[in-house]
Amino acid sequence: MKLRNLTALAATTALCAPLAFAADMADEMTIVSWGGAYSNSQIKAYSEPYAEKTGVTIINDESSAEAVAKLRAMNEAGNVTWDVVDVVAADAMRLCDEGLAMEIDPDEHLAAAPDGTSAEDDFGDLLVSDCFIPQIVYSTTFGYRTDLVGDTPPSKICDVFDLEAYPGKRALEKRPINNMEWALLCDGVAKEDVYDVLETEEGQEQALAKLDTIKDSVIWWSAGADTPQLLADGEVVMGSTYNGRLFSVIEEQKQPVAMLWDAQVFDLDGWIIPAGLSDERKARALDYIYFATDTQRLADQAKYISYGPARASSAPLVGQHAELGIDMAPHMPTDPNNAQNTFLYNYEFWADYRDDIDAKFQAWLAK
Amino acid sequence: MALTPVENQTPAFTASVAAGAGALFGLFVGTAQGSGLLGLLAGAVLLGAMGFVFTGLIAQARLIRLATVVVFALAGLAFGGLPALVLGALFGLFAGWFIFWLATSGYRKHLVPYLTPGQVLWHYGFRVICGAIFVFLITPILVVMPLSFNAEDFFTFTPEMLRFDPAGYSLKHYRDFLTNEGWQQALWNSLRIAPMATVLSVGFGTLAAIGLSQPHVPFRRAIMAVLISPMIVPLIISAAGMYFFYSRIGLQGTYLGVVLAHAALGIPFVIITVTATLVGFDHSLTRAAANMGAGPITTFFRVQMPLILPGVISGGLFAFITSFDEVVVVLFVGSAGQKTLPWQMFIGLREQISPTILAVATILVGISICLLTTVELLRRRSERLRGMSPS
Repeated sequence: MKLRNLTALAATTALCAPLAFAADMADEMTIVSWGGAYSNSQIKAYSEPYAEKTGVTIINDESSAEAVAKLRAMNEAGNVTWDVVDVVAADAMRLCDEGLAMEIDPDEHLAAAPDGTSAEDDFGDLLVSDCFIPQIVYSTTFGYRTDLVGDTPPSKICDVFDLEAYPGKRALEKRPINNMEWALLCDGVAKEDVYDVLETEEGQEQALAKLDTIKDSVIWWSAGADTPQLLADGEVVMGSTYNGRLFSVIEEQKQPVAMLWDAQVFDLDGWIIPAGLSDERKARALDYIYFATDTQRLADQAKYISYGPARASSAPLVGQHAELGIDMAPHMPTDPNNAQNTFLYNYEFWADYRDDIDAKFQAWLAK
Repeated sequence: MALTPVENQTPAFTASVAAGAGALFGLFVGTAQGSGLLGLLAGAVLLGAMGFVFTGLIAQARLIRLATVVVFALAGLAFGGLPALVLGALFGLFAGWFIFWLATSGYRKHLVPYLTPGQVLWHYGFRVICGAIFVFLITPILVVMPLSFNAEDFFTFTPEMLRFDPAGYSLKHYRDFLTNEGWQQALWNSLRIAPMATVLSVGFGTLAAIGLSQPHVPFRRAIMAVLISPMIVPLIISAAGMYFFYSRIGLQGTYLGVVLAHAALGIPFVIITVTATLVGFDHSLTRAAANMGAGPITTFFRVQMPLILPGVISGGLFAFITSFDEVVVVLFVGSAGQKTLPWQMFIGLREQISPTILAVATILVGISICLLTTVELLRRRSERLRGMSPS
């Protein structure tokens, strides 16, 4: 009896071995991203070529906005259904700290640059977390209606706070991040001191007091699509949003809007792989990320959306927009002309102070 | 025709009531143009003056009304082009009619003679309030429809649209809906999930309603309360509960899981409508059928089912709409593979404000109107049948 069982087992193993090898990687995967034009750019640049190459079925989910909450729930329910998730760096850090994302060694799992530079050096400082593979650099910056600002269009961030020169509504994001920095910057604080000042109670009061001067003229947004809609409507004179959205409004939708790049805030967006995947799915997810983050593919994404590739080696390969045929390089937030005065999202500061300042900001909003 | 003999009113009366109406219109127009108070005053003065003058000219009513229409239409044209011309003409038509209706006491003509002025005022005030509520309810839906034909990718009435320029309109958002893979997948998912969930809801709901209408079933009220609870418990709580439960038994993120969840949401509607029809159902009919040798199953399909069918169908339609419109539960229980239309609309609104959503909304409103019309026709038929059945 036992012997027969063993033989049967051996036979099955022998039969299944080639199958098991073929099934080394899952043949279906769920990729989570932000939706809209951004997801489209990833589908065009990464997912379609990858599916063509490997025959894998890719399901696109558009839930990145609630990625942290959903991954927590999935983990709790013991049923992780996502394979690769696109998140902003701050979310990736939280997921990594909570053990919800797996650590990825860039040199082991990512392609080297064509000239042989290792992946770790190619991404450089942008590898802000052990679990996070950066993909693009985007910025939060301002756009303004060219027909509503008179003869001298705004050129400095402080024009946002100047209600006399530029009367009308402004759209600002409904959170303290970025707004507090801009407020301090325009209240006479030097750029290098901004976070030292913002650490203190008085500094936070100072920033809120500056925001108070325009509070009645602010429309607060919470989704990236809000400001483009408000600008197109002429509801606001100027508003902050992600630079790719403004590119779409200006170049694709041909609205009378222009960019105000001054004091734009860089942030990173990239991939994580949830912890706790089965071996096959993990192998598939890693294979996808290897494919999607090589030098050429990252440059390819810039054909569809104006976000800067995270690899240093991709920058020279950025070409023209796939449909409009315009050069994309001048529309990148990292282009030298646009990046004369920039911030990089201060992950450490906001990780420490976010809850505290958030509470103050919300209380101030409700006043 | 006329119930009450009437005589013409004094200019002062006509002027003051017309001024009131003018103030109301002026308030709307003025608010849209920036100053509500100014509009209110201007409207009151304009219509008040017209009311005062027109009262003395009742003999030439027809001519004056025509002149009013033309003057307002031209004023509209001068102000804001073609659309304002149409609006101006409509307003002129209304103003002319309204003033002479007041001046000749037309408002009293068709009411019974013994009403006090207060009762007459209430008679019309009630109708105005009802109309205002109706407008309040329907306007958001009506605004969406023309916007869905927008030629631009924003929720904005462009100047071209307001000029009725054909270049401002396009079917591109409908085309996007019909060709975009994401929307098509969502549509097919909805069409696969909703009918299946409806079939389950109708089957279980009808059986439960029939069972619970039997007087000898113990704890009827308690069981009914449990079955109806998905309608009363906040959706988000059901959804979170289902998420964790379905995850444990492997149903989360599957087609079957979403169908079962939606069926659970639809069952209460079926139970309620079928129970309501069963109230009018005469149980001696089943006894008569049994008396003639029909088994319970034959009795059900040949006697009971045809009589309660309107309730079953309207319950089924509500279950269908519930599943078709549901977004919270599917966000929890489903995964991207089960993305339904409301899911896609929800995501679309958050990430990109695309008028494709409006095109889909317009289509869905059309479908809902068709379904609700069907329900209403069935309800009438059921009432007719019940009136005929012996009781």
